[in-house]
Formats: sequence, structure tokens, C-alpha cells
Amino acid sequence: MEVLLAILIGSLYAAGLYMVMRRSLVKMIIGLAFLSYAVNLTIFTVGQITRGKPPLIPEGQALPTEPFADPLPQALVLTAIVIGFGLQAFAIVLIKRTYQSVGSDDIDQLEKAASHD
Amino acid sequence: MTDFLLVAPIITPLITAILCFFAGERIWLQRSISLIGQALILLSGVLILIQVERDGIQVTQLGNWPAPFGITLVADLFSAIMVTLAGLMGLSVIIFSMAHIDSQRERFGYYPLINVLLMGVCGAFLTGDMFNLYVWFEVLLISSFVLLALGGEQRQLSGALKYVTLNIIASMLFLTAAGILYGLAGTLNMADLSQRLPDIEPSGLTTVVAMLFLVAFGIKAGLFPLFFWLPDSYHIPPVPITTIFSALLTKVGVYALVRSFTLLFVQENEYTHTLLLIIAALTMITGVLGAVAQMEFRRLLSFHIISQIGYLLMGLAIYTPLALAGTVFFMIHVILTKSALFLVSGIVYKLHGTYDLKKLGGFYRSHVWLSILFLLAAFSLAGLPPLSGFWAKFLLVQAGLEDKEYGIVAVALFVSVLTLFSMTKIWSEVFWKPATITTTQPLTRSEWVASLVPLVSVVVLITAIGLGAEPMFRLSQDAADQLFDRSAYITAVLGDNP
Repeated sequence: MEVLLAILIGSLYAAGLYMVMRRSLVKMIIGLAFLSYAVNLTIFTVGQITRGKPPLIPEGQALPTEPFADPLPQALVLTAIVIGFGLQAFAIVLIKRTYQSVGSDDIDQLEKAASHD
Repeated sequence: MTDFLLVAPIITPLITAILCFFAGERIWLQRSISLIGQALILLSGVLILIQVERDGIQVTQLGNWPAPFGITLVADLFSAIMVTLAGLMGLSVIIFSMAHIDSQRERFGYYPLINVLLMGVCGAFLTGDMFNLYVWFEVLLISSFVLLALGGEQRQLSGALKYVTLNIIASMLFLTAAGILYGLAGTLNMADLSQRLPDIEPSGLTTVVAMLFLVAFGIKAGLFPLFFWLPDSYHIPPVPITTIFSALLTKVGVYALVRSFTLLFVQENEYTHTLLLIIAALTMITGVLGAVAQMEFRRLLSFHIISQIGYLLMGLAIYTPLALAGTVFFMIHVILTKSALFLVSGIVYKLHGTYDLKKLGGFYRSHVWLSILFLLAAFSLAGLPPLSGFWAKFLLVQAGLEDKEYGIVAVALFVSVLTLFSMTKIWSEVFWKPATITTTQPLTRSEWVASLVPLVSVVVLITAIGLGAEPMFRLSQDAADQLFDRSAYITAVLGDNP
């Protein structure tokens, strides 16, 4: 499972970076989204994947019995997803406004428009 | 009492931001709420500073979860100094905004955003948890995004786009690094990490994570070669926003670098700190060379931000108590000096409506006192005695000589000369040469007050630090000793027997 996830994460990083380096703004946003998924999956995977072992403490004990799934990475991922969602929402509105004002989603056109001012 | 004190710089701006939203169209109310808020941050910063100086490192465990399980707020001297400076800059910028922010921006959420920005900055300075640091970074980033794009002019949008994209990528790297760090050490509490990281085998992995953090924080701090977004976006928003960005945002990046490379990643000093030294030298040189080539007031100053970041990094890279003291001293100096210069550029713009050095002129004839204020700040930036910059650079150079790092010392001195050169360029273009523009927009009396109160107080501080460097030097020395001796931090957070 870890190997599969590692391959998936690697592909997501690669695809994300490639998309971010494109000239089109829309593709750039999609790239950022890919990167954010890749990061979330990374955190999830490095926290070690344990199936079917919730971190519940049996009665009369102080600690859950090993091995158990670490809940912390999942909490981190949850926070990261929420923050990433906010950032992407803002970025999408920003490119929409840019597109409306420049009339193109090509970064080179944007440069030209900016240097004209 | 301590518990409340450490939370105060974070909770105050949150409350004032919310109150500002409710104040709505009543601008005067928003202004006064923000003023009170910033004054309270400054006050709590000073109180924290006094308490840390007296009783040592202060710690609060949020929600009473013992470290390393809960989120810890930690104030050592360095954090306390930074929070105080953040409050001071917030206060100055809010006063300055009253004359220099247009009413459109004031109505569309300028004040709430500045308050949220300050919350993120103070949170980042006070947190003792890596993931929490990430959250505070996002808080300050998202408000800085909106501040940069607020107004929606075309060039603003294109500058904001670069800034947003690069900073989001930096955040992703930061988060990746934090995730891998958790996988390695099983904790994200900085004190706990500091204790566990030396035992992790192979230590190469820790260094890989350290490099990820270096790139992530480096983008935010504007290090060579990751600084290109900075001069492309900092000259775009109105001056008060540029001032608060230059005073606090890149400095948060440097703060995070200092924190992580003194507390966490000190195992492979040879490798990491040599790399930092090279980056510091290149940052200084490229920054100042970029500045020399500029003919736009704020672009020139933006390039100087980068070159000054190099000095901050130099102290960290040499990594002796004296060098760290230099970094702390330089941090105090550069935040004040840089802000003073940006404030002058704002007043010049308000009077003549342009930032183009070629078009400006004759300022010394028309505004003698303003010119003298600029000159003091410019000389301080270049490092002329007896101003604050001289002592800051003196400390760094002395530390470099003691550690036999002659290369970086030579670079630092050479860059100082170039800094002086580009400052004289502004001087001769804006202040000395005969006036070429006739269009002058005179400021009203209240606008002058709002412009001069922050500028004069900052310049007075620069001069005072220069003339009475001894107490400030002792403070920096104490802060550096705390940074250098990690055990005090660890004991303060985790208790005596972790």
C-alpha cells in the first residue's frame, strides 16, 4: 500500500510542478491543487498506515494497545485541507479578476499588460 | 498572568479585526479600534519582554495539554523582541495609513486585514510548534494576499499573482517538510524535536528535511536565489502596506530560519551552516546590485530588503553567540530603518505623485527637515556611525573576524559601500538636484501629523539605539545566549524531567 501511495504522491508532485510551470493561469491553479493533494497524501503516508486499528484505549489501561493508527497526521491533514481549500478559492478568484482585467490567461500577456502601465 | 500575557498579542488583533468588521462604514471607528489594538500589542510585547528578561523563558500550554501533546506558546527574548517590534510597526503603520490610504481601501476592509496580518505575525513569533507555525504563516499570508490585491488595478493583480503563486508553493514545501519531520521524529513540538533529532539515524534524513525548510522559509524571507517575487510585488500596493510587508513579512521568514537552525537542525553544522554562509553572501551582493540598477524609489528599497536579509543570515550562518547577537541587533535595526525609508518614500509620493527618481527633485530646498530624517535613516542603513546600523554591522563583522570567516566579512563591508552609493543616488536625485516637477499636492495639517509622527519616532529610535547602543547590545547578547543554549528552551517547555 505504501509503495502504491508513494508512486501516486510522486506522480502528483511531478504533474503539479509541470502544471505550475505552464504559461496558462488555469493550468497553474490546477497544478497548485495537485501539489496540495500530494502534500496531504505525504503527511498521511509518513504517519504510517495502519488498517482497522483505531487508537482506542481499552478499559483499565492507560495506553492503546500497539499497533494502532496514529490520529495526529489525520488531524494535520484535515487542517491542511481546510487551509489549502481557502488558498485555492482565493487564487481562483484572483485569476478570474486578472482574466477579466487583462482579457487573457497567458502569463506573457499579463507581463505586457503590467509593463504598459 | 503569564498565560494571558502570551496569548494577548494573538487574541487582541483578532478581536480588533472582528470589531473593525462591525464598525463597517464608520472609518474613524475602524481607525481608533485598530490604533488601540496595535497599542495593546506593543504594550503586551513590552510586558512579555520585561517578564522574560526578569524570569527567563515564558511558556503557556494552550488548553492545559502538557507539552509535547498540546500546542505550546513560548516567549524567549528573541520572540519577545520580535513581538514588541511587530506592535511598534503596526502602530506606526496604522497612524501613517490615516493620511496615505485612500478611502476606497479603508472602506473595503483595509483595517481588519492589517489586524489579521498582525495576528499571524505575532502567532508565528510566539508558537513553539512546527505545525502551528505553518498555520500562522497561512494566516498572515492570506491577509497579505488580500492586502496586495485590494484595489484591483491591473498591475496590482499581476504582482499579486506572482506573490500568491510563489508563496503557496513555499507553503506546500513547508507542509511537506513538516509532514516528513513528523514521520521521522514522531513529534512537532519544537523543544521535543530539538531533543529527539540528534538521535535519528541516518542523520542525513534530518538534513534533507532541513534543506526543505531552508527552501520554504527562504522563499518567504527572500533569500538568493528565491527572492524574485519580492521586488516584483512590493512596490505595487500603497506605501503603508509595503512598509508593513517589508518590516514584518520577510522578517517572519528569517525568524523561522533562525528558530529552526538554532533549535532543530544543528547536527550537521559543517554542511548546513556553510551553505547558509554562501547563500548569505550571494543574497547581500545580488540584492544590492539590483538596487544600484533601479530608478524607482520603492523598487530600489525593495532590493535593499533582500540585501539586508543577507546580513541577518550571516549572523545565523557564523553561528557563535556573538554572531547571533549581531543578527538580533541587526533585526531591530533593519526593521526600524527600512520602515523609515519607506515612510519617506510615501510622503514624497503623496507630495509629488510619482516614485520615479528621474522626475523627482528639489526636496532639500522645499522640505529640509524631511530630508534630514531621510538622511539619518539612509546613513543608518549604510552603517555609518553613530547610527544603529553601524553597531549592528560592527557586531556581525567582529563575529566574522573572530570566527575567521574573512570572505563573508569582506562581502559585508563591500555591500555596505554599495548601499551607501545607492542611498546617495536617492539623495542626489530626490533631494539635491533642482526640482523638475511643478505639480505639488500640498498636505493638510492633519495629514502632516499622521505622516510625521511615525516617521519621526522611528528615526529618533534609530538614533537613540545608535547613541546608546550598550543596553540594546546587552539585550541582543542575552537573546543570542538563549538561542545558542538550547537546553534552557527545552527545559522551559518540557519541564525538568521530560
